[in-house]
Amino acid sequence: MTAISQILHLLITANLWQATLSAAILLLLPALGGVISERSGVVNIAMEGMMLAGAFFGVVADLAWRNPWLATGVAILAGGLMALIHAVVSIRFRADQIVSGIAINIFAAGLTVFLVNRIYGLQDVGHVNQSELLPNLNIPLLDQIPFVGQVFFKQNIVVYVALGLLALVQIVLFRTRLGLRIRAVGEHPQAADTAGINVYLIRYGAVITSGLLSGLSGAFLAIGISNTFVPNMTDGRGYIALAAMIFGKWTPMGAFLACLIFGLGEAIYANNSTIAVSPYLLSMLPYLLTLIVLAGVVGRSSPPAADGIPYVPGSE
Amino acid sequence: MSSPESGLAVEMRGVTKAFPGVVANDHVDFSVRTGEIHALVGENGAGKTTLMNLLYGLIHMDSGEIMIDGKPARITGPRDAIALGIGMVHQHFMLIPVFTVGENVMLGREPVIGPDFYDRAAAGRQISDLTKRYGLALDPDARMGDLPVGLQQRAEIVKVLYRGANILILDEPTGVLTPQESKELFAVLRDLVKGGKTIIFISHKLKEVLEISDRITVMRRGKVVGHLTTKDTNEEEIATLMVGREVLLRVDKKPAKPGAVAFKVENLTANSDRGVPALKGVSFDLHEGEILGIAGVEGNGQSELMEVLAGTRRATGGRILLGDKDVTSFDARTERDAGIAFIPEDRRGTGLVLAYSIADNLILGRQRAPAFSWHHLILRLIAIRDWARRLVKEFDIRTPTIEAQARTLSGGNQQKIIVAREMGAHPRVLLAAQPTRGVDIGAIEFIHRRIVQERDEGTAILLVSAELDEVRSLSDRIAVMYEGHIVSFETPETPEERLGLLMTGGGEAATGAA
Repeated sequence: MTAISQILHLLITANLWQATLSAAILLLLPALGGVISERSGVVNIAMEGMMLAGAFFGVVADLAWRNPWLATGVAILAGGLMALIHAVVSIRFRADQIVSGIAINIFAAGLTVFLVNRIYGLQDVGHVNQSELLPNLNIPLLDQIPFVGQVFFKQNIVVYVALGLLALVQIVLFRTRLGLRIRAVGEHPQAADTAGINVYLIRYGAVITSGLLSGLSGAFLAIGISNTFVPNMTDGRGYIALAAMIFGKWTPMGAFLACLIFGLGEAIYANNSTIAVSPYLLSMLPYLLTLIVLAGVVGRSSPPAADGIPYVPGSE
Repeated sequence: MSSPESGLAVEMRGVTKAFPGVVANDHVDFSVRTGEIHALVGENGAGKTTLMNLLYGLIHMDSGEIMIDGKPARITGPRDAIALGIGMVHQHFMLIPVFTVGENVMLGREPVIGPDFYDRAAAGRQISDLTKRYGLALDPDARMGDLPVGLQQRAEIVKVLYRGANILILDEPTGVLTPQESKELFAVLRDLVKGGKTIIFISHKLKEVLEISDRITVMRRGKVVGHLTTKDTNEEEIATLMVGREVLLRVDKKPAKPGAVAFKVENLTANSDRGVPALKGVSFDLHEGEILGIAGVEGNGQSELMEVLAGTRRATGGRILLGDKDVTSFDARTERDAGIAFIPEDRRGTGLVLAYSIADNLILGRQRAPAFSWHHLILRLIAIRDWARRLVKEFDIRTPTIEAQARTLSGGNQQKIIVAREMGAHPRVLLAAQPTRGVDIGAIEFIHRRIVQERDEGTAILLVSAELDEVRSLSDRIAVMYEGHIVSFETPETPEERLGLLMTGGGEAATGAA
């Protein structure tokens, strides 16, 4: 009973919701990437690896140049390059997209550990100075609103950017010509091709975009929330983003809602010192929430019809 | 050449295209006059679709040249073809079921407002303009997947017209249509030609070709074997050119001598895969030595009926009697053991294991028989080999070896494997669902002859076919199915118009039926 009342008590603090939104955004960026990639018909489970690459190269760049903006650019680029590998392997060479995704995740984990050893030897990667992190940004006046102000308007700059991207992706996918074409390519590439749409171009673009977004998320993790790189620091967030994408039925808004649920679980876990329950049990919370919701609430969700199927021109 | 009326809309010269192991188009010359309906006919695999895919830029030719409206054309992709005024309605529709009609039609040339916003209102206007001009009613906001096949095809045609096509290629357009829908399509095509369009019509249905076309090009094994003028030719001549030998187009059969009732179906009900009732009380008697044909538009319960009778779908009510044995609740194996053979409609998915050899496919479902296995444990390979060799010979399955994988065979030969397996067991009852779908004329002729032969030996045969001609020419009696009911029993002499009407829910049932 006490644990439940402690959690309930926690639920009415603005701190918890602030942390929830922040954790959710970390997942939202790769989830948006996944939505774009899979809407174009390329299965992408490599967000984990792209995020990790972004985190690592972001920290390296920030330590070298002492400029968080430049570092973020490097992180985004690193994610994009990882995605380019996935794109070439699965679009150009029509390889199995799951296998390619797994390979990229393992490759990113191995590469970053190797480079940490190569560059920094046995020492720590080192810490980025407070002033060289991606800054928190309080929106004047709005941050004075009780509760809401703290939750929405005292956040890291990446949070605002990500919320903007969420709206952008939602609009682009479902209201614009580009979005119509991306979805057409993911549903029926033959139909798109015969209508004169360049299937490969759209798929390359979509997959690389998913890498850029995942790279940004990596930067947010390493030089926004944290201030250093630790091997495997993404800790499965790319996979949780994947779950959020499916759970959100391949829509940006749906994925965001899913990310909020996972983020809430993570925020509760982060506050475990105030709850009289084993932190190990609490750490299961996001995953338990997923299982419960997936089993009962959302019903069947179906991916784009051509998701995961390489396109061969002239085939039926 | 000077006036467009007499000029050539399309001229392809010496077009060659090879795929690994096969020359799909071998120095093909093909020309279409402006403003005509030109039929391109040939058996499956003759190279018709390849030729049209080349013209539409979906694949690229190895050599040869293409002239459009008298000018040399370089077509490197569909974009080029579209720019040249060529449009193609594919056999498998290029439609996205989850998009609206408007989105499907506009795709690739979408109206846009602002930076890049899809302009739904403009799309609706453009479509209603087009549909008015050509008399093709369509609701631009309907979800494509909700439309019947006939309307989906109409959307495909509108899509092609929207792109400004003057030359329309239609690949097997009537394959999925009911007789009524085909008639409507033909009317539309005639209107389009009157409006100045040129149409290339790919088909292997000779009756239609004779009805709709002005001229005909016949292909066989990648080569053009004949240029014909429709009014000077006939079915026999085209069929002979297509197959390379004389073909018997009519089914030659003696009157049936029906015996005792072999199979009795009483008030049968069953659900579809989606869980909605698909059979709503079907009753009929099937006699030894007769062929009962079921006519109906696809999706009116025929598939479910066959599956229930074959034991692969559960009945929700009613009875099935084989002789005087109740087999309603039998599963597929016990039905088979009781003497019911089944040619399923989905050859590749249900009828065969494509990765298995021909020999293994020929004993599929009978592997437990003592002739083929020792105590259900060890296969008698020699017996199986001998059996397979016999059937391959008897049923004229064209294959280098009985060890070849079923997937390496043509559709017609794959179908013959199933027919051989099912008939080779000398069943009491044969359930034949779409026994000649997607099969060449030569193989159709053979399968029809075997079905009639099986009937003459006393087998009770239930035939389901989407081809009205097939039902009429093979059957001794015809049952018309509509929305899960048998709405009428008819004779094979019943005019096509009446059957078509019954199939779509119109017409009065014959009196004294059932």
